[in-house]
Formats: sequence, structure tokens, C-alpha cells
Amino acid sequence: MMDRYTKLQMVGIYAAITIFLIFILLPFFEMFMASLRPLEHLFRSPYQFWSDDFSFQAYRDMWVTVPLLGRYILNSIFIASMVTGITMVFVVPAAYAYARLQFPFKNLTLGIFLGVNMFTGAVLLIPLYRVLRTMGLLNTYWAMIVPGVAFLIPTGIWLLRSYLEKIPRELEEAAFVDGASRMYTLRRVVLPLAVPGLIVVGVAVFIGAYAQQFLFAITFNQQRELQPLPAGLFEFIGYQDVTWNQMMAAALVGVLPVMVIFLFLQKYLVAGLTAGAVKE
Amino acid sequence: MAETSQTATQTFQVRQSRTLPESVFAWMLIGPAMLFIAVIVAWPLAETVRLSFMEADLGGEQYVGLANYADLMDSRKFHQTIVRTFYWMFLSVGLKLILGLIGATLLNAAVPGRGLFRVLVMPPWVIPIAIGCIGWLWLYNGYFGVLSGTMMQLGITDGPFEFLAHKQSAFYSAVVTDVWVGTPMVTLFFLAAMQGVPKDLYEAAYVDGASRWYRFRRITIPQIMPVIVSMSLLSAIFTFNSFEIIWILTEGGPRSATTTLIVDTYKTAISNFKFGEGSARAVVIVILLGTFSLIYLFFLNKVNKYYGSGKK
Repeated sequence: MMDRYTKLQMVGIYAAITIFLIFILLPFFEMFMASLRPLEHLFRSPYQFWSDDFSFQAYRDMWVTVPLLGRYILNSIFIASMVTGITMVFVVPAAYAYARLQFPFKNLTLGIFLGVNMFTGAVLLIPLYRVLRTMGLLNTYWAMIVPGVAFLIPTGIWLLRSYLEKIPRELEEAAFVDGASRMYTLRRVVLPLAVPGLIVVGVAVFIGAYAQQFLFAITFNQQRELQPLPAGLFEFIGYQDVTWNQMMAAALVGVLPVMVIFLFLQKYLVAGLTAGAVKE
Repeated sequence: MAETSQTATQTFQVRQSRTLPESVFAWMLIGPAMLFIAVIVAWPLAETVRLSFMEADLGGEQYVGLANYADLMDSRKFHQTIVRTFYWMFLSVGLKLILGLIGATLLNAAVPGRGLFRVLVMPPWVIPIAIGCIGWLWLYNGYFGVLSGTMMQLGITDGPFEFLAHKQSAFYSAVVTDVWVGTPMVTLFFLAAMQGVPKDLYEAAYVDGASRWYRFRRITIPQIMPVIVSMSLLSAIFTFNSFEIIWILTEGGPRSATTTLIVDTYKTAISNFKFGEGSARAVVIVILLGTFSLIYLFFLNKVNKYYGSGKK
């Protein structure tokens, strides 16, 4: 009864949602429309919203114009996967420690981890550039993977910790009673139980890793064959004759991998990501 | 039952002392992550502070004391950049919070299709920012963007309007894009918080004849206040550090109209190889952001206490 709306209210709600969604989806719609327009159409004056010469030609041509396009997309996926794998190796034990154990400096160290979030972006690029140069990692995949991992560890710990806290303690206690060592308990009791949480956090890290590549790529990597998609596309904006329709097509194809992953897992992902926010 | 669990806990503690000490084990677990952060974040941070006292470029470095900072203090341009950055942050975060609140309320309304709507608001958050910005680059284009096109069709402007070519419009265009990128996350967290508000509060108010607006104002807002406050800090940090959006749309131009501190730092250090001057700017960012966060956390604590005690 309380949640009933009058017809007029319904219309109002749907109208407001529509406006909200138009704002959110407009760039995607525009990108898609632009990818369908033949190049000469773009410069037609006056501006046309619609015409009958739309085609999917750009989706075929782009592989020729940008020979490395496939490589860029694979690079993006490769870098994001490596970042995710390595991040999880660091995150899982640490998150367990914060969820379950008592130890000196627990809150202080957790605070330090979360403080890292404040420095994301350009602040650390100069010395980071030197660190990577010293380690000989510039212009390699590692130049984009290593900083990526560092900036995702804090978020990963934070997310996984709140998940692990929800697993009942009794099972671990039972394992201890049976004489299992700490490591054994973590590996054989906690981790199997935490698989759904590991997937959620892993996917969240993957999306983050896929999204954050741009800055590290344009700063630490000059090798074109190693460039991830956003950086590869950005390079084309600088060209004299930008084949805009192909660029839009390439951008849309390039986000397909994350969008597909997201759509399949969005329900769990959203629940897992916001769990920390509503725990109180 | 309570007894057995108590004995189990006791055995648990006994076992703990028999195997590795808890704190040693804990440090073994967080050690690798700590070490990694130390090498990739903490050490470079210390380096940044050191470099900020140097005149440093590709050739080498030389100690100059506080000269870099003195230059910044004297630079009117830098002062303008600081003001612009805070204006950018407050404006953008404010809009994100308002839109997030509206969006979450709409998506929380019990109407058919809301499951679908909830998925449809996510894409800007999921895809790489750089790619979303390519879309906006197109929208803002005077010749083939739909915004300028619509304005021409409606007769608002005579010719193509380049949103990113004029100081004012470039700044506000960048704000809109930043809001676009940030709104989905804010919406999502507010929505989750709204779903966590106990139903009986609403029912009691409904029975007492409270209107929808009253329930929103007196139940929803206070109940989700802790999330609003923490989201604003998170969002403020992201927005302050927001780099890619501005870099892709305008590279800080036209005539510095969209140059925030982070863009200024990047330009100085990476584009112009002035490592020392760039580092001094980075340190200023850390100090400003750190101070802002501390003040804010103080405030957050107060709010949490206030609403926390009110809840029970």
C-alpha cells in the first residue's frame, strides 16, 4: 500500500528515470551513431540527425586502418588479467589478516593501505618513472602492471575484508580443534568458503585494472605494440585525418570484454561492492 | 550450545598459542602487500618530497632548498590553479551527490523495470574513463557533435559551437564529463544504503500519515547520512585527482582554463621534464588533500556519532 503510486506519479518517475538514463547513455549512443556514419557524412552541413547512408563499414575498415587494433585489445585484456592475478595474491592473505586476526598496528597499517587511494594519479609519476627505469621495466608490460597492482591492492583488501568477516568463525575454530595449522586452515577452510567473494573482488579489480591503464601507459610505455586500447586510441586523435567513425567503432568494440563480464556478474558485483557501505 | 562454543573458543585460543603467534602470522600475511606498497608508493612519495627541494631535470639534480616552493608561493598563476581546483572539486562533487541522490531515489522506487534501469546506469563506471571521454570529445565537437547540432537546428547558435574551445564552456564541459563518470558509483552506493534502511521505520511513519517527502527527509536522509558523508570524501579525492578526463578533453586548455593541480603537475614534470618543480606541486597536492581529508574525517566522525546515537 505504502509503495503504491498514482498513475501520475508513475509517469513522473519514468520521465525522470528516462532523463537520467539519457544523460548516462548519451555518449554511448553518440559513439554508436558516429560509428555508423560514413566519413564524408560527418562534415555535412547543416548538421543531420539521421540519414539513410548508415553502414557498418567502419567496423570492417578499422582493422585495416589501425593494424594494431586487435593487439591493443589483447594487450588491455592481458595487462588487466596480470594485474588482477598479482593483486589477488597480495590481497587474499592481507584481507584475511584484517578480517580475523588481532595484531599490533592493525588499524594504523589498514589506514596506510587506504591512504594509498589518495595518491592515485599523477602525483607519484616522477619518482615512479625513475623506479621503473632503475628496475629496467620501462617500455615493457611490467611498467603498466606493477603500478596498477599497487593502486588496486588497497581497494582489494577493503572489499575482501568485509566479505571474509561475514564467513562464520565456527568453521575455522572447528579446524583448529582438529589440530590444523593456521596456514592449512586459511588454505583449506577459509578460501573454499570465500570463492564467491574472491570472484566478486577479482572482477572488481579486473574492471579497475582495465580502466586505469591509460595514465601508466602514456607515461611509462613508448612501445606501440604493447599499448593497451585507451592509449592506442588516444594516439589516433593526434593524427591529421582522424577516421572518427572507425575510432568510435574501435572504442565500442574495445569495451565489449568488460561490458560482457560486467553484465554476467553485475548482480553479485554490485552486492559485493556495496556491502561495505551498508554494513553498519 | 553456548557452552560448547565457549569451550571451542577456549580451545581455539589454546591452539593459537601452540602454533604460530597470532601477530607473527598476521604480519606474514600482510607483509608482502606492505612491502609492495612501500616500494611502489611510499618510497616514490619520499622521493617526491626530496626532489621538491631540487632543481632536477633529465640532466641531473641540484639542491635548491625551498626555491621551488617560493616560486609557487609567488606565482599568481599557481594560486589561480589552486582556486580553480577547489572550485572544480566542490562543483563536481556537489553535482555528483545531488544526481546520485536523485538517481538512487528513482532506482529505489518500486516500479516495473527497475532491475534493468539499475544495470543501465553502470556503464560509465565500468568502462575505461579514457574511452568514455572519446565519446564526450565527439559530443562536444562543434561540427559533428549532437549538442552543437541540436543548438544549430533550434537556432540557438548560428554556426558550429566548439564546447572545448572557449574558456568557460571548456571548464563546464569538463565538469559535466567528470560528473558523468562519477555519478554511477555514487548512485550505486546511495541505492545500497537506501535498501538497508529498515522497512518498519517507513511503515510506522506511513501509519502516522507522514507524506512521501516527509519520509524521505526525516527517515531516508538521516539513515543514509553516514554513507553520504563517506561517499563525498571518496568522491572529493577522486575528483581532485581526476586527470584523464581533463587530459583527453582539453589537456588543461584553452589558456589554462581547465588546468587543475594534477594537470599542472603532470605538465610540469612529465611534459616539460621539470622534475623538481613538478615534485613541489605534487607535495602541495598531498598537503592540500591531506588537510582537507583530515578536516573532513573529523566532521565524518561527528556525523557518525550523531546519527549513530540517534539510531538506537
